[in-house]
Amino acid sequence: MKPLEQITPQLASLGEEPYYLPVGDEVALFDAAATKRLPVLLKGPTGCGKTRFVEYMAWKLQRPLVTVACHDDLTTADLVGRYLIVGDDTVWLDGPLTAAVRAGAICYLDEIVEARKDTTVVIHPLADTRRALAVDKRGELVVAPPEFMLVISYNPGYQSVLKEIKPSTRQRFVALQFDYPAAEVEARIVATEGGIQPDLARKLVKLGELTRNLKGAGLDEGASTRLLIHAAQLIDAGMTPATASTAAVARALTDDPEMTQTLDDLVRAVF
Amino acid sequence: MVVTVSERRLFEHELEERLDVLLFASSSHRKLGKLAADLEALPRQQQDLVLHLAGVASQTYAEIGHMVATLAPQALERLDAAGFESWVITALDAYDREGLRPAMESLRDLDGFVAVRAGRRPVRFVEVEQRLGRFVHGLSGRHLSLKVGTYPWTDTEAIYLPERIAHSTVTEDNRLLYTGLAVQMWAQTRYGTFNIDLEAELARWPGREIALNWLAVLEAMRLEACILRDLPGLGKMLVALHDTWPEELHAAWSDLQSPDADVGVTLAWLARFMAQDAVPPAPTFVPRLNPAAAALARNERIARETEVLRRALGALKGTAGRKPATPSEFAAQLKTETGEVEIQLDGEAVTLPPDAKAAAQSLLQDLGELPPEALTPAGDGLWNPSGQDLGLPEQISNRAADFRYDEWDYHRNAYRRKWCHVYVNEVTPGDGQFVRDVKTRFAPHIQQIKRRFEAVRGEDRILGRQQDGEEIDVDALVEAVNDRKSGAEPSTRLFCRRVRNERSLAAMFMIDMSGSTKGWVNDAEREALVMLCEALEKLGDAYAIYGFSGWTRTRCDIYRIKSFADPYDDAVRARIDAIEAKDYTRMGVAIRHLSHLLSAQPARHKLLVTLSDGRPDDFGDEYRGQYGIEDTRRALQEAREQGIRSYCITIDRHGADYLRHMVGPASYTVLDDAKKLPLKVAEIYRKLTA
Repeated sequence: MKPLEQITPQLASLGEEPYYLPVGDEVALFDAAATKRLPVLLKGPTGCGKTRFVEYMAWKLQRPLVTVACHDDLTTADLVGRYLIVGDDTVWLDGPLTAAVRAGAICYLDEIVEARKDTTVVIHPLADTRRALAVDKRGELVVAPPEFMLVISYNPGYQSVLKEIKPSTRQRFVALQFDYPAAEVEARIVATEGGIQPDLARKLVKLGELTRNLKGAGLDEGASTRLLIHAAQLIDAGMTPATASTAAVARALTDDPEMTQTLDDLVRAVF
Repeated sequence: MVVTVSERRLFEHELEERLDVLLFASSSHRKLGKLAADLEALPRQQQDLVLHLAGVASQTYAEIGHMVATLAPQALERLDAAGFESWVITALDAYDREGLRPAMESLRDLDGFVAVRAGRRPVRFVEVEQRLGRFVHGLSGRHLSLKVGTYPWTDTEAIYLPERIAHSTVTEDNRLLYTGLAVQMWAQTRYGTFNIDLEAELARWPGREIALNWLAVLEAMRLEACILRDLPGLGKMLVALHDTWPEELHAAWSDLQSPDADVGVTLAWLARFMAQDAVPPAPTFVPRLNPAAAALARNERIARETEVLRRALGALKGTAGRKPATPSEFAAQLKTETGEVEIQLDGEAVTLPPDAKAAAQSLLQDLGELPPEALTPAGDGLWNPSGQDLGLPEQISNRAADFRYDEWDYHRNAYRRKWCHVYVNEVTPGDGQFVRDVKTRFAPHIQQIKRRFEAVRGEDRILGRQQDGEEIDVDALVEAVNDRKSGAEPSTRLFCRRVRNERSLAAMFMIDMSGSTKGWVNDAEREALVMLCEALEKLGDAYAIYGFSGWTRTRCDIYRIKSFADPYDDAVRARIDAIEAKDYTRMGVAIRHLSHLLSAQPARHKLLVTLSDGRPDDFGDEYRGQYGIEDTRRALQEAREQGIRSYCITIDRHGADYLRHMVGPASYTVLDDAKKLPLKVAEIYRKLTA
């Protein structure tokens, strides 16, 4: 029997340096983990810079980056790969995880808790000293080159009891805790990313801080850095600060009419 | 009243004589000259009216009479004779009802009186309370409740606002005035008005009341500048509330606008104005100060938060309750660029738990720095803020306890074995009328919740590699083709089938039946349960409902409303009807018992939801406060170790401070209003289990 044809997607490294402002020792830690070939778990609230950080590290380490946004229908085949029929032949197509392992890339599984539990288990052998991926359907064991790195992220603020990361998974990872940056740092990020004046950025950050005060008192989460950047970008595109913040921050945070009112009040307080 | 028009106006000396007789008992007696001079310009008719009513008022209380005479020229500019009389009578009524201060306030609130008399609709506190409360919460980040007071002031824990404001003809402006007052008082706590001993400063001046008024006005100017710097939009709103500051304040104003200006600068200007014997303006938009009450609340808070921080530091060192630590190893640094505090242990920055971080931030707001005692890790020493040790009259029952549970004693860092006696009781069923009413009243909401829950249930799962099904399983098909080509026997399982998602979830609802829930909280709990049951029936999750209450450790009562085995039927509805407020809230033992019941359930996911209206509490001082919080926290941890996730829903405006520590982050909701409970509980459950 002739060997089946196989498709492995080609992965490219990031060309341009993504903007990332370190807030603590996360860059050094990630570097160290990469050197020692340890997998990394990033945890923190939504929109605080986890994905950007991975992009930045991929650029810094000059490795290709494969990002998979996990969802609850994500199957093992979606990660590892599957057979396709081409003409009269079956062809094997590597999934993103397998492709990343072969290429020595950084594989980033975003919001890992969203994936089904049985799916999560396939990454286990990759996340310990074995560093290998078993492709059952092909009877192949893909051993990861030294450059391969597994990174997963999750948001502990999630309130669903059905979505928790299993100890057997989490205990394989070096965990980096992310949070919204300190006010001054966040203002610099918002100013740079949004293309607005530092003064205005500081006001947006102030607004962010006020909404975060309301976490648990009507809001599930306060405004993320990402939302503040969205507001900044709208401002840069010519909207007034109040309009931009209302659309990008206040309306994005809640549907509750009372809470909307309060957020509007806070927007007015800042601008 | 008979007033003769023909008579000539009274001259100043005549007025002074009359006033002298009328206001003889007033302590402001000696300043009658000025008063008489002001009244001299009035027509005789008005002069007589003033003298008459000032006399009437001073028979009730001399100071009120004096105030009437003082404000009379202003009042008569805006009120006719009947209005003037009614203005005085309203104040005297206030005196009869509430005492001197409200009476004086009533007179001073001339604007309000004129507004109400002109038929304007004033804005009431209840109308702005919710929205303003959330706004202030957003601003402050630490707890500040809103309450009704006769005049606007704050003790730094609560903001007191008048019951109604009718200052302006425009309703919206009255609302803005409410906001302006609340914001200024938030600013007093945020920008350090009470950071020095104001009482001592005020004691330096003989006219304390005048000094206090000056202080309030000058602080208002300083705080407005602070707000303008940090929250320009809000600052502009405050500026719009008043006309430009009077000429004589301008020098002080430019000084107080400096970013470095603290309350010390205000006091320096206070000293100048007091030295000049100047009369303070009394604008309506400036809240009053009550330094003594503020200092008391502030000191209590500092003591409490110092203790929280010390405890967290003790835990960081791993010495809590074991060996004392040397205090010198901790250092605190204020990162000025972020305004955040950084705690260092032996030179290295450490991360504090959220409650300790909040405490440190709060201390920083109060003190401007972290005092050395707050950085001393808590060791063996027990903290007993009330300093009392009460022998508890324990409840004796002639029935043997159904269960006994350990209780966590954080003082000794150990369990008290078999400490709590649990009695499982039946409630006397009601007639189910309440449930029927709720179902009618909330019908649209129940319908809506049911639909939402159906959406959750509707998330089907697709099973691959089935013998038959609605769709072809492409993966299986490809494999089969491959197998056939290579000569292996292809599988016949080539289909996908949709199956209903098995949630495998058991939920336990723990309902607070303590005495404090009496009234609307109890109603809200029952309404919430009805809506929840209706919704859960749609979902098919296993659920149980138990109530809890008790009186000391020897009588912890658990009431079965619905066990996991009970169907949601008339009997359950009758028992929901019968949920009533009983005694106390010893939460730890209730959590232990109910997680014991819950852990026996076969479901894969187990969820414990507690509904309560405040912190754990029991008869006597022992369980109240830190002990109860620590025990509850421990019980929740134990539940977690048994694979039970817990979620606390609390109706308590003071919730956020202790809950964070008690239940851990991301597992509670605080509702500031019981009315929201029925609509929220089902929604929270849906989110929790989606």
